[in-house]
Amino acid sequence: MNEKHHSHDLPFWRKYIFSLDHKVIGIQYGVTGLLFLFFGFCLMMLMRWQLAYPGQPLPLLGNLFSERMMVGGIMLPEFYNQLGAMHGTIMVFLGVVPLAVGGFGNYLVPLQIGAPDMAFPKLNMMSYWVYFLGGVTMIASFFLPEGAAQSGWTSYPPLANIATSGQTVWLVGMVLLITSSLLGSINFIVTIVQLRADGLSFFRLPFFVWAQFVTSFLLLLAFPPLEAAGVLQLMDRLAGTSFFMPSGLVVAGNPLVVSGGGNPLLWQHLFWFLAHPEVYVLILPAMGIVAEIFATNTRKPIYGYKSMVCSVIFLGFMSFIVWAHHMFLTGMSAKMSAFFQITTMIISIPSVIVLTALALSLWGGSIRFNTPMLFAVAFLPMFGIGGLTGLPLGLAASDIHLHDTYYVIGHFHYVVAPGTIFALFAGVYHWYPKVTGRKMSEVLGKIHFFLSIVLINGIFMPMFILGLAGVSRRLYDQMQYAHAQPTQPLNVFISICAWLLGLAQIPFVINFFGSLIWGKKVERNPWQATTLEWAAPSPPPHGNFDTVPQVYRGPYEYSVPGLKHDFWPQNMAQEN
Amino acid sequence: MQKYYGWGLPYNASVSGADVDTLIYVLHGFMILLFVGWLIFLIVALIKFRSRAGHQATYKANHFKAPTYIEVGVALFEAFLLIGFSFPIARHVRTMPPKGEALEVRVVAEQFAWNIHYPGPDGIFGKSDIKLMGPGNPLGLDRNDPAAKDDITVINQLHVPVNKPVIVHLSSKDVIHSFFLPVMRVKQDVIPGQEIPVWFQAKDAGNFEIACAQLCGLGHYRMRGFLIVEQPEQFAAWQAKYAPKVPASAPVSPAPVAKE
Repeated sequence: MNEKHHSHDLPFWRKYIFSLDHKVIGIQYGVTGLLFLFFGFCLMMLMRWQLAYPGQPLPLLGNLFSERMMVGGIMLPEFYNQLGAMHGTIMVFLGVVPLAVGGFGNYLVPLQIGAPDMAFPKLNMMSYWVYFLGGVTMIASFFLPEGAAQSGWTSYPPLANIATSGQTVWLVGMVLLITSSLLGSINFIVTIVQLRADGLSFFRLPFFVWAQFVTSFLLLLAFPPLEAAGVLQLMDRLAGTSFFMPSGLVVAGNPLVVSGGGNPLLWQHLFWFLAHPEVYVLILPAMGIVAEIFATNTRKPIYGYKSMVCSVIFLGFMSFIVWAHHMFLTGMSAKMSAFFQITTMIISIPSVIVLTALALSLWGGSIRFNTPMLFAVAFLPMFGIGGLTGLPLGLAASDIHLHDTYYVIGHFHYVVAPGTIFALFAGVYHWYPKVTGRKMSEVLGKIHFFLSIVLINGIFMPMFILGLAGVSRRLYDQMQYAHAQPTQPLNVFISICAWLLGLAQIPFVINFFGSLIWGKKVERNPWQATTLEWAAPSPPPHGNFDTVPQVYRGPYEYSVPGLKHDFWPQNMAQEN
Repeated sequence: MQKYYGWGLPYNASVSGADVDTLIYVLHGFMILLFVGWLIFLIVALIKFRSRAGHQATYKANHFKAPTYIEVGVALFEAFLLIGFSFPIARHVRTMPPKGEALEVRVVAEQFAWNIHYPGPDGIFGKSDIKLMGPGNPLGLDRNDPAAKDDITVINQLHVPVNKPVIVHLSSKDVIHSFFLPVMRVKQDVIPGQEIPVWFQAKDAGNFEIACAQLCGLGHYRMRGFLIVEQPEQFAAWQAKYAPKVPASAPVSPAPVAKE
């Protein structure tokens, strides 16, 4: 493990493409994840045209699409449904999780625990390439004669079972993506348990490492049921089984020839048994990133570090027994819904503890408002809105009216978009100097931040009003319904904000690539931070550290009284 | 129809819908209170502790008591919401009114229509058979079944009398749909292979909408039906008009099917 590879001796393709180095793999994951986020966002910007101006031809771009997608620039319902299903799938499984876990996790966890690499570098490489294959499979499905999957990212049978061939490809893609996550998660667990530097006890781990640790267990335990479910649905579609197909179905007037006897609700249970822990897979790494940036930029220790660690462990456990709150309307008994409502209310408590601890961490600090800190601070109220609006959906009674409306879309996007994705942006700005040896531009960063925060609220806040008015999600043309017509001006407003938000990412793209060339060169610790990754050179060489790190203290020793500097790195024996 | 729908919650035309609305209002008041209080704290902290010349961060953590009290308060309030609102409402929704008092209707969803089946004066639904399903008989109702002779079937138009409980037995021919009556605060997934009852009692007459709330295919967006709440006399007249006019021994002829 510790033997020094002579990386400069390796040919290009071994060094940068099929690399075993956790940092290269982390960058591969990160860049691929960002590209998929952008692609998924483009799908949504197309859908927003149809939602703002139903049935009107898309100007300029409309003629670029084939006849199976748009006719004369007017979007077809089948293409709208493909865009919807693929937007969800791409954002969750190809964008956010690979960026948060594959990108940030791979790059930072070995550095923060003082390890030269991950425990299983080959497994790590395989995890990336299986993910890449899964991504290519998903994108390729758009080019099938009947297009991509169109039964929603949740792929509920029987609709998904009888859907066009895109669904088969979707399932194959999912099996690949899940396999990749499983390979990654076991690697993280072993790495964190086995490869911590001397003196780095569990309660001296940076909070980010804790977040990744719990996330890995969630991935490891929650994904196999979905992988099984995916294989079962694949068998239903290809091998004539009927795991999710009841007897006696009649589709478009013709009795369906299947063996029958299955149950469509089985899929929903298996799916949500993954997909609720998945929410915490999306949110925990974000919390970890925010905690690191808060400690660094408030120049003081994180408030209640141990309660935060206990909270995320508790969150991890609880996230396995709340899944059926996605299914209150499937006809479950009052007793069953009572159980899941109680667990849902309980799981809100540790989230509130983490959020409160982060907010209280500001109190008494000396806050530097650089770009990463702005994004990290914005995470708090945005995730707060996302969490609070979960309440009316977690109570079965108010969920009756709000279920499957735009209220749900607003709720989980506040958690994931201005929540997690903002934290991920914060992380990009914060660790960019470590990865490249150069800083990103503060001016472009702040333009990016202020435009994004205003516009993203312009997108998701009106969705709560749409939801209260009863407008259902996944409607190709909501104007068909009288109850959706009064709020239509909001849809126009949302769409304009979404397109402008697309433009607001241009400063980020310029900054991201431009800073490679003209960014200010930095030393190993530009933010004067305490955790171990800042003890390595920027960028860290193969094997990471020039001396084997020894850890003497907890992760956030900032502004310790009586010391000359306001930060005391974990690896420093005495103050220098 | 437009007067029932606007920017807030749709008009409530149901006897028990007000409970759901109260819960939604209480929740949003609570959420706004928490969020604004918390945002004020955040803004104060960000201004008060901004980095500036002569200002230093404090290493020692303050011990805050307030968050613990607020946390306990929030947990207690959540318990109150569960016990005071959500449990009773959920139980009320799932407890069907006594059979004799209510009008019973079957609604069979398919891509992309709501087939509505009334038992007629005898109060018994006639048998259905997949083999009999066809364009003129989407429910596959067996008109030879004595119970089926007086049954009424219509498409996309659910007529109900005002101020009388209605039990809707939901089932689906093909995929999962969701039966949504915005003005009644009723929403229930329709799962193929199961029959799930829901009930409501209209307090106002009027023409309202039925929406499908679960993605069910290409035509999901136009799977729109109508809920027509009428005075009892009008409802009786409507039933009489659509009742199959067939003598008990005559050969089977399909009942007229009402279209929107």
